Amino acid sequence: MKIRFLLLLLSAHATAVYADLQITITGGQVRPVPIAVVPFRADALESVDTDVARIIETDLAGSGLFAPFPREDQISRPASETEVRYENWRALGVEHVVLGGIRRAALGNWLVEFQLLDVYRASRTLGFEIPVSASGLRYASHQISDLIYEKLTGHKGVFNTRIAYVTASGPLENRVFKLMISDADGHDPKQLVRSTEPLMSPSWSPDGRQMAFVAFENSQPKIFLQTVATGVVRKLTDHPGINGAPSFSPDGRKLAVTLSFEGNPEIYLIDLASGALQRMTHDPAIDTEAAFSPDGKQLIFTSDRAGRPQIYRLNIAGQGKPERLTFEGRSNARASYSPDGKHLALVHQAEAGFQIAVMNVQTRALQVLSEGPLDESPSFAPNSIVIIYSAKGARSAELATVAIDTGIRQQLRQTGDVREPAWSPFHK
Amino acid sequence: MNNQNKALLLTALLALVACGSTPEQPDAGQQAEESAEIRDGLTGSGVQDRELGTAKPLDSAAARDAAMRRQLTVYFDYDSSQIRDEFLPVLDAHARFLRDKPLARLRLEGHSDERGTREYNIALGERRGEAVRRALLLRGATRSQLLVVSFGEEKPAVLGSGEAAWGQNRRVNLVYQ
Repeated sequence: MKIRFLLLLLSAHATAVYADLQITITGGQVRPVPIAVVPFRADALESVDTDVARIIETDLAGSGLFAPFPREDQISRPASETEVRYENWRALGVEHVVLGGIRRAALGNWLVEFQLLDVYRASRTLGFEIPVSASGLRYASHQISDLIYEKLTGHKGVFNTRIAYVTASGPLENRVFKLMISDADGHDPKQLVRSTEPLMSPSWSPDGRQMAFVAFENSQPKIFLQTVATGVVRKLTDHPGINGAPSFSPDGRKLAVTLSFEGNPEIYLIDLASGALQRMTHDPAIDTEAAFSPDGKQLIFTSDRAGRPQIYRLNIAGQGKPERLTFEGRSNARASYSPDGKHLALVHQAEAGFQIAVMNVQTRALQVLSEGPLDESPSFAPNSIVIIYSAKGARSAELATVAIDTGIRQQLRQTGDVREPAWSPFHK
Repeated sequence: MNNQNKALLLTALLALVACGSTPEQPDAGQQAEESAEIRDGLTGSGVQDRELGTAKPLDSAAARDAAMRRQLTVYFDYDSSQIRDEFLPVLDAHARFLRDKPLARLRLEGHSDERGTREYNIALGERRGEAVRRALLLRGATRSQLLVVSFGEEKPAVLGSGEAAWGQNRRVNLVYQ
């Protein structure tokens, strides 16, 4: 119900229909697990136009970890475990079977029931029923994908999360910029902001309700805050010079930003309730792109105080001299913590150009994940396993994801320039 | 006015210019020539005097400055905000103009190429704008005349990757207000 409410409000200020992002899987060194998702049996519901099984299949395939067994080759269509003949599925090489049904519940709501079966153990792994509103079937499908993914991989699924991104279209002298939000699978893109001046650096609040971003006003970048559900925008900073790189604190009460009104770009914290400003860096070099550690006690940021851009870390309370974290390659920039605090995603510049890399916070080991040459804006999914980023080509940029454990990559294609993805937190 | 209207107007203007120089109406010189032939059997022809422009001395500082001031873009090397020597005379000329015209206002728009992260590039664009601002202040412009803004990599002059495009995008645009 919560989801439906949010969408209705969103559509009130963004009614235009945009093309979905097209997904292609490109990388990976893991053997995908064969899984059969049997079409869900609809109980006297001719009007169900959401293919729950197809959505689950697409979600699981998109992760690169599963190989859905083709629907047309399924020799039976069981809707419950009692109808399943495990030996038949075993003969087809299928390791897991997903099946279920949709039936009417009270007050126009529906009930989606599903089971995950282990073919080799001949037993049920999962069984749930999910109540949904008439328009919530798609989200219930993603919820099922999340439950299956978590059970079989040990990581939380992110199929019900969303991504924000910026598009740029039109000729150079007449560009239109849009801040968009879509489901994590690229479905249902909605416009949050449109401008004829550049839009940059979208950043979600930890509760997913607010979006901070940078927009130009009178040729000067300013930081704005938008309430996602209502679309209401307010200007947060209006200092002379740069107002940029907003990033929320884990408790949602502060925003780390870059301001240059005192002479050159420095990191500041803004208390969102009082508006109070606290300066965090003091260096004549460029200091920018700050991000909080998940415990809220430290900030990492990009600085070229040693010549080239590198990642530094400072203690918010203790002050003291910032510690340099990166030494490999030509430069490292725009780092952010994984929500579990174990990794930093960053843009690593080496011979191959600009590539997405992760640094193990404990060992400081750097692992390059993308091919370059012009990859940027990495953003962790809330499960700390997948990173979304933008890959610039000769004429435009597109979004891609990479899993840090398997290296599996996905491209999300759309016409025009798509950049600066920001993955939402988990739905609350 | 849209482009089509502009094109139509241009065509009309060209037609007017063509009418003005049409040879169907003989000019005074030709009439004199004809009458001379008719009266005496002699053929006379007119000789037009040459037209000369007013010569300006090549080393006129004002002319040189005006030419220099037509250069409204300062280009930079990769990840650098150092003003290249070739642009110092250009900044000299702009600074002299600003010194002589205290009411003139100049906006310095810093830009970067597409390499590097976006927010860092905003900072780099500002650093380039500041470098031009400092150079102009040193040469006699005043603070109130200059405003630095930065677009980073967000407003490239040309699209595409490779040094040819990047070199044109790493720039500060001088925009008189």
